[in-house]
Amino acid sequence: MIIHTPKPVLEVHDLTVSYNSKPVLWSVDITIPEGVLAGIIGPNGAGKSTLIKAIMGLLPMASGFVKVFDKPLEEVRQRISYVPQRESVDWDFPASVFDVVLMGRYGKLGLFKKPNAEDRDIAMSSLEKLGMANYATRQISQLSGGQQQRVFLARALAQQADIYFMDEPFAGVDVATETAIIELLKELRAEGKTVLVVHHDLQTVTEYFDWLIMLNMKLVASGPSDKVFTKELLQETYGGRLTILSKIGDLLKNEQFPIRER
Amino acid sequence: MDQILAFFSFADINTRFVVLGSMLLAVSTAVVGCFSFLRNRSLSGDAVAHAVLPGICLSFMLTGTKNPIYLLIGAFITGWLSLLASDYLKRKTKLKEDTTIAIVLSVFFGVGIVLLTAIQQSGEASQSGLDKFLFGQAASLVGPDLIVFASLAIVLLLATFFFFKEFTLLSFDKGYAVSLGLPVKFLEILLSSLTVLAIVTGIQAVGVVLMAAMLITPAAGARFWTDSLVKMIWIAALLGAISGFAGAFISYVGPGLPTGPWIVMVLSGLAILSFFFAPKKGVLFLYLNQQKHRRKILTENVLKAFFHAGEAEELHKNAKTEAEIQVIRPMKQEELLYALKLLRRSYLVRKTGTTTWQLTDKGFIQAKRVAKLHRLWELYLATYLNLPPDHIHDNAETIEHIITPQVEQWLEQQLNYPKTDPHGETIPY
Repeated sequence: MIIHTPKPVLEVHDLTVSYNSKPVLWSVDITIPEGVLAGIIGPNGAGKSTLIKAIMGLLPMASGFVKVFDKPLEEVRQRISYVPQRESVDWDFPASVFDVVLMGRYGKLGLFKKPNAEDRDIAMSSLEKLGMANYATRQISQLSGGQQQRVFLARALAQQADIYFMDEPFAGVDVATETAIIELLKELRAEGKTVLVVHHDLQTVTEYFDWLIMLNMKLVASGPSDKVFTKELLQETYGGRLTILSKIGDLLKNEQFPIRER
Repeated sequence: MDQILAFFSFADINTRFVVLGSMLLAVSTAVVGCFSFLRNRSLSGDAVAHAVLPGICLSFMLTGTKNPIYLLIGAFITGWLSLLASDYLKRKTKLKEDTTIAIVLSVFFGVGIVLLTAIQQSGEASQSGLDKFLFGQAASLVGPDLIVFASLAIVLLLATFFFFKEFTLLSFDKGYAVSLGLPVKFLEILLSSLTVLAIVTGIQAVGVVLMAAMLITPAAGARFWTDSLVKMIWIAALLGAISGFAGAFISYVGPGLPTGPWIVMVLSGLAILSFFFAPKKGVLFLYLNQQKHRRKILTENVLKAFFHAGEAEELHKNAKTEAEIQVIRPMKQEELLYALKLLRRSYLVRKTGTTTWQLTDKGFIQAKRVAKLHRLWELYLATYLNLPPDHIHDNAETIEHIITPQVEQWLEQQLNYPKTDPHGETIPY
């Protein structure tokens, strides 16, 4: 069940993403309305992170296009914020918590410019919103997993964007951090921002999200949680791989075959 | 001695050139090398350094001159080619990065050696000196050559300064940099070009074989001293400057001693010193820290023994003999004496007879605290980890020494100031 929306803030059209010629996401079509808190769920290897990365332009698209605020991504980067997976960086990097949060301002600064007092204020208040102000000067290697996640979220907040893409912000964090994060996400939604979150825990899905994108190498469902969070659709999402689809994927990989004629 | 004076008077213009040149080269490669180090590209720097040789030989063969500009252009091109080659191999084959780098390094260097040998055997009069690029010769950094190399070094420093923010983000979190809309492709090419350029300029001083050390060693050494990237870059630059200066000095004083290898020797020496003596991360600091912990454990155990010895009769402050303490807490006599010496020095015990000792008021407070922490922690383990009584003592023996006043307060509050521990012993407050 794929429910479309007339004036979407995010439109994903016929998106296919391949790793090494093997499609891991097949022809995904999504439209997301403004001001929702959307969860992206599905089993391991379903392509949840892949979807976000492809939307952010971090992975090449084998087919399709993405529009944010009805424009190509590159034109609206300033309004988009991305929170990568915590494990994607080396936390031994010589930087303080504040240094990392300040990176959220770099996109707005442009080349050659150094962050000014206002940027620093914004970074500091972002840290405060995540209860991390006391850690500003702390070296990032000394943070716990939950604290690392808060730092990444503070960095995203500092961008003052209108739409947020978050890759597993709840993975491996303590309960206090999870609560702090969900409060923050609800606050963002109340301000009219749109948030997409890759999520693992089915227990909390309906409590956290008012929109759901259910994936299993293809789009199973996209729509309001109360309409798509059904037994049948969950069964389709988590009930195992489509064997023929996987087989075709393997063939494409083994033959290094292109997914589209061109 | 005269030579040393002559060196430091810098009267000889060539000396000035060589010193200045060596320092500039060492500093600029050190600064650029910090980013190679942070991006885990140390090894690829070595490959580029070796891949520079065929470029130098080819441009000599094509132009017939040793004009440094032509040689540098040739070096730059093959240096970049080696990066592309190793990247291509990694993408198109399933080989791992270390393998592709090893292949590229040896193939390019092999070709370079073949070309170098061919040039040397061709008998051209002007060919002499190309082999200097193997191990470098800073002493040839004079006149117009110096101007070329010095300008390149300054370009490197300026570029790093202007793109500092972008290079930092690129090194820490490339995906995020893309998501911000930074021109990541351009920045990557720029940073790689700067790295190749740093290597190309540095080979004049230290040669292709030792070049990787110039690039990476200052960064590796500097990382031990600080957790701030800005400071790290300054320290790396300083290490580079010192070794550039020292290399030039040593080769001036000892005729026949090569500058480049000495720069690398000094640099490595400084890096090893950093490894051993840097605060917080140095091996010596870590060792001393361990020793400090041992002393803390030892002295606190003796304090606790004093407390236990007097606990039954509530006579904590009465003098005890060394034998009494040994009964409570058996240990080597010299360990006990050492602990007592330390405790006496901090006014926690006083000596009251030849083998009798007594807690001071201050010592009593500390002894009581250690005993309290031990029992509080036992109770915590029993309550919150559901451990049986026979499992908690050994754990508490260690943890009692590390609990901070803050944790102490939490424990007291969370357990609601309990009266006794799981063994039924009174918790003293």
